[in-house]
Amino acid sequence: MAAVRALFCVDLMNRQQLLDLYFLEARSKLIDLAAFFDRVDRAEGQADFRLDALRRALSELGRPDAARTEQVLLRLSDPTTDPIAAATTKAACGAWPGQS
Amino acid sequence: MRYIEPHAHMVSRVTDDYRDMAAAGCAAVCEPAFWAGFDRSSPAGFFDYFCQLTEYEPRRAGKFGLAHYCWLCINPKESEDVALATEVVNLIPKFLGRSNVLGIGEIGLNKNSRNELKVLEMHVELAARNDQMVLVHTPHLEDKHKGTRLILEVLRNERRLRPERCIIDHVEEHTIQMVLDAGFWAGMTLYPETKCTAARAVDLIERYGAERLWMNSACDWGVSVPLAVPYAALELRRRGHTEEQIDRMIYRNPVQFLSQNPRFKVPGSKQG
Repeated sequence: MAAVRALFCVDLMNRQQLLDLYFLEARSKLIDLAAFFDRVDRAEGQADFRLDALRRALSELGRPDAARTEQVLLRLSDPTTDPIAAATTKAACGAWPGQS
Repeated sequence: MRYIEPHAHMVSRVTDDYRDMAAAGCAAVCEPAFWAGFDRSSPAGFFDYFCQLTEYEPRRAGKFGLAHYCWLCINPKESEDVALATEVVNLIPKFLGRSNVLGIGEIGLNKNSRNELKVLEMHVELAARNDQMVLVHTPHLEDKHKGTRLILEVLRNERRLRPERCIIDHVEEHTIQMVLDAGFWAGMTLYPETKCTAARAVDLIERYGAERLWMNSACDWGVSVPLAVPYAALELRRRGHTEEQIDRMIYRNPVQFLSQNPRFKVPGSKQG
């Protein structure tokens, strides 16, 4: 990693500097996420696979390594490898409806 | 500050956006062919769109001193109808000689279907046969990782295509490594919700280096920001990157890739 960084960056920010720059933004996003789960909990009706997918992806935040972003993205991705028979919609919803 | 916007769907934007981009330092804008938000009903609709990209849009950009280039294809979102796609692909050679056409794009996959793959292969064959550069769209959200792997397989199978003349766009943390490892250029798209934020794009630059990497706004008719590239430059500055490093990411890198097509010239610049 140090070699890759040396290709482009002279001085990367240290942890204190990154906290100064991003802590309030991260705090705000975390509270927004908590508010989203609360809002869904308070609402009537059935949830769908997206809520479970988001909860499973959340568990990746507790990882000890710095691969959280990649693992959250993978948790929300289609893990299959074969093309589907036909596209029945153009849109993506952000989570894979199958079982992972 | 100077920059290139290497991926923007300007036909969906208002003229004020050209003015704002030029005022922010944009020197050239490149426009891959895209889905209109609805399915075009015939090849004639695509003929008119290709005329718009090669005739009208360069004039609109030129009013603000911006060079305008384009890439041609039928977008993966309209690739399920293979018969229509075949007719559109057959139209493209008529336009390849036009002065602002850089290559074939943005081809790729949307939902990773068999027909989308067939149409992707048709485009790749067209590019190889005509020695064209290629700009590739990777799918959205849950479909991106699988789609990127399928796309790489198709590109690797076409031996006439040189990876250094292909850019695979919309990479994120889970796809960038496989794209760079395969020798292709990688594009990071700066979207407020569905792709990379500026902070994550800077993370990727710091992790992978600046080699074969660019950033774009991919602004279109949806939620997107035409000034996303200069905003990302601001983020690079906030993270302590030098002006020289920023210039490389937002100007020299795209110029390096795009200049592989000799048609690509930045007005009033020695491109150094």
